Amino acid sequence: MYSFEYQHPKTVADVAAVLASDPDAKVVAGGMTLIPTLKQRLAMPSALVDLRDIAELRGVRADGDTIVIGAMTPHADVAYDATVRDRIPALAHLARHIGDAQVRNRGTIGGSIANADPAADYPAAVVGLNATIVTSTREIAADDFFTAMFETALEEGEIVTAVRFPVPKRAGYAKFKHPASRYAVVGVMVAETAGGVRVAVTGAGPSVFRVAEMEQALAGSFSPDALAGISVPADGLNSDIHASADYRAHLVTLMAKRAVVAATG
Amino acid sequence: MTMQQNPAKATGIGASVKRVEDYRFLTGRGRYTDDMNKPGQLHAFIVRSPHAHATIVSIDTTEAEQAPGVHTVITGAEMKAAGIGSLPCGWLIKSKDGMAMKEPPHLPLAADKVRYVGDQVAVVVAETLNQAKDAAELIAIEYDELPATVATATAAGATGAPVHDEAPDNVCYDWEWGDKAKTDEAFAKAAHVAKLDLVNNRLIPNAMEPRAAIGEYDRGSEEYTLTTTSQNPQLIRLLLCGFTMGLPEHKVRVVAPDVGGGFGSKIYHYAEEVIVVFAARKLGRPVKWTAERTESFMSDAHGRDHVTHVELAMDDAGTFLGLRVNTTANMGAYLSTFSSCIPTILYATLLSGQYKTPAIYAEVKAVFTNTVPVDAYRGAGRPEACYLIERIVDVAARQTGIDKAELRRRNFITPEMMPYDTPVGLQYDSGDFARNLNDALEMIDYAGFPARKAEAASRGKLRGIGFASYIEACGIAPSNVAGALGARAGLYDSAEVRFHPTGSVSVMVGVHSHGQGHETTFAQIVAERLGVPMDKVEIVHGDSARTPFGMGTYGSRSLAVGGMAMMKAIDKVIAKSKKIAAHLLEASADDIEFADGTFRVAGTDKTIGIAEIAGAAYIPHNYPLDELEPGLDEQAFYDPKNFTFPNGTQICEVEIDPETGITKIIRFVAVDDFGRVINPMIVEGQVHGGLVQGIGQALLENCVYDEDSGQLLTGSFMDYTMPRADDVPSFEVKTNEVLCTTNALGVKGCGEAGTIGGAACVMNAVCDALDIAHMDMPASPERVWRTLRDKQAPMAAE
Repeated sequence: MYSFEYQHPKTVADVAAVLASDPDAKVVAGGMTLIPTLKQRLAMPSALVDLRDIAELRGVRADGDTIVIGAMTPHADVAYDATVRDRIPALAHLARHIGDAQVRNRGTIGGSIANADPAADYPAAVVGLNATIVTSTREIAADDFFTAMFETALEEGEIVTAVRFPVPKRAGYAKFKHPASRYAVVGVMVAETAGGVRVAVTGAGPSVFRVAEMEQALAGSFSPDALAGISVPADGLNSDIHASADYRAHLVTLMAKRAVVAATG
Repeated sequence: MTMQQNPAKATGIGASVKRVEDYRFLTGRGRYTDDMNKPGQLHAFIVRSPHAHATIVSIDTTEAEQAPGVHTVITGAEMKAAGIGSLPCGWLIKSKDGMAMKEPPHLPLAADKVRYVGDQVAVVVAETLNQAKDAAELIAIEYDELPATVATATAAGATGAPVHDEAPDNVCYDWEWGDKAKTDEAFAKAAHVAKLDLVNNRLIPNAMEPRAAIGEYDRGSEEYTLTTTSQNPQLIRLLLCGFTMGLPEHKVRVVAPDVGGGFGSKIYHYAEEVIVVFAARKLGRPVKWTAERTESFMSDAHGRDHVTHVELAMDDAGTFLGLRVNTTANMGAYLSTFSSCIPTILYATLLSGQYKTPAIYAEVKAVFTNTVPVDAYRGAGRPEACYLIERIVDVAARQTGIDKAELRRRNFITPEMMPYDTPVGLQYDSGDFARNLNDALEMIDYAGFPARKAEAASRGKLRGIGFASYIEACGIAPSNVAGALGARAGLYDSAEVRFHPTGSVSVMVGVHSHGQGHETTFAQIVAERLGVPMDKVEIVHGDSARTPFGMGTYGSRSLAVGGMAMMKAIDKVIAKSKKIAAHLLEASADDIEFADGTFRVAGTDKTIGIAEIAGAAYIPHNYPLDELEPGLDEQAFYDPKNFTFPNGTQICEVEIDPETGITKIIRFVAVDDFGRVINPMIVEGQVHGGLVQGIGQALLENCVYDEDSGQLLTGSFMDYTMPRADDVPSFEVKTNEVLCTTNALGVKGCGEAGTIGGAACVMNAVCDALDIAHMDMPASPERVWRTLRDKQAPMAAE
């Protein structure tokens, strides 16, 4: 780790001010990716701006037909929140299976989606449930947020403050976890929302993506059998020592079916 | 005399006493090497090679030496010029043609070439670790990259740049064992021959505590102290003094304090131990190095890594006639301390397994590659032997249609045949293999398996059952036999039993505990034998200045060898005490009986307790000074008559989800014969830990190198899958005690057993579930899925 300044402002405005004055400063939420990166000397920020003291960024609340989760809410809080469990159980289930207990108690939803790791679980929830990302300056639709591997629509100095999830009619999440890291090799969120059926896949590609053919099939019949014969091409999917692209393609269909079972079970 | 009279009985042999170590380990009060900070201590950071194979063209340390806080930057050239020697290999293996194995030098810091990613190139010593790391970035090293040799199977004779000029074909040795002609004859008359090609995958040990070392040098007394994460501090002192640093032993103390797991990887003399001692002498300040986890992955000796072809000849009835084995074993880039004997002496000698196979012949070719050195890893050679035997037996059962249990039973060596001379050089002293198998079959309900398989099928799952009937050789010895086989060290052990004047006892042992619970089990034995309360017994280990010379802990040897040395010392204490008692009770020593801590004149009520004897020995006012020395402090060395042979049968049942390829272990049963069991709870813990490592190899763990670049692809826990609690079932274990006949305790050893059979047991179940002859480890989900897919549609693989 190289040395850096450490700041922990009390308001979002103060964060913006620090970031504006120091282009080499970096925001830290739970630090689940950033801290290991720093320890390996793979990043050299001038300052860390820790969001831990900003109370308004933390917590879960229901707002009409939506659930709003503060950016600094740890995964464990989402997993065990009574409202989330009651109204979007698939989201609680997803949060409960992220990483391990340490990660779930330190890692945050805002940190996860801002980092946009291709194997993170939350992007499948954000896109699959058609959430809205609330930032320090604006609101961004889920479909516009994740732009590429580790890339989002966030601009310099812009931070995620909350994620707003509309409550779906039903939803299910199925994940094939990486045996070592417990990230998603393939994770699929299937949801029947006010705007139609959505199928969002994480882990399989460079960034979370939707599968239109599956969405159409499920709109016709919301059952696992509706997905028979539908698969995504292996071309362009991730491939590594744990899962090749064609295995991932196979798992996308399989996890989608299991997500439908979870949603209807 | 009743049991109630002796408080030591409740904690004696056979009692599940809770570990005396637990308080300090469970409450964070253990003292590990990295917990220690010496006054004036500096920190070492090691610059490691980013290349698998390269010539070092130049190293410029000028800028780094001037960086803040830096005391010195050391390179291989400096250590070489100072006469620092090569890290030695402790076992000489000779090739078929009688030539000695190739032993290229292994300098603590590479001087001319780097040979694996992680090879030590330079050391920065600074006031703080961060300063050392900052300075390390200022060292300019120019490398000239060479082609890397990586894959085991193709290393021998690989074109390109050999790993060492001393071995132009990359072959370290080409060794054979057993009777080739007799084995060829057996195959010539065989009715069935089962054949198999298999890979024993490479593993990274990953002890919970990373390696660490602190070097100290006192210019006034000229004394050195090395504190290190070692399984055998006395051996490290021997190698440090006799080979690498060239120091007089009376000036060197090696301490291995609390050590958080070893599994073999902390047996060896490592470069970092030499580096911190060298740096401490140079600077006159203590120097500490602690591995970061990434460093552990790329610098701790790895395990296994064999490519093998095996054939088993049988007659019509499935009786084994002969076994033929051809193995290529990966040594990595250099010979680690015991590397050469693992795929030879600890492997081929076990190829008889539990079976009366009359003819066995093995060839083993050891190759150098541009990878981390490979050495003993829990089980060390014996899991490799067990894996191929138990796999080929299952293949044979599949081929002949004979039930797997029946085929094993038909070929078992029986208790009546003990002691049994195997065709591969060992003499098994005892064991009832069929009983272990039968008990395990009953525990798992073998007869009910078809119904369970059918029920699983109704849920879309593939259920399989697998066996492993293993035997291992532990407590490697006698020393003269080991010496004749190439060992360059003795394999005895030692203990000193020191009675204190007021009745407590310190026992100094040459073996080392790094998770095995010796401080408990050894104290149980002492308490029972001497009849003193267990809380008055302390077991001292891990410090060359306090303990007699012993060879440390590995190969499940501590109790069978070190425990026997302790027994001998105890016997000496009792013998001397009898003479003192005879004097005090005014009787003949021949008339003195000893039991439960009390000496008695036979047939009388004249008695005296052992604590009083100790008092008399240290305050010898009424004492036979003409015949006896004062004091009660005895030392013993013990060299075993034979190896010990723990054995048993493991059975597991797995269910495979054919859609994902995920294998789940449903049940796991282990019936083990460890000889006499001292502490059943600790033994059970050892079995559990061993099984988890066996399961890890079978389903999860796999060290992967990029075959072109030689980069380690599984260099962190993000990619190297360590087994976790939710990956394993709740184990059902049982012990069948058949006492070892070659040591007085009757013990055989239990530290490795779970790992010896575990991988074979799981893979046999996986292959059974998939209804295939073989697949290689690890049976990861994708491999299983692919195997099923290829099996269902062999043409579709095009």
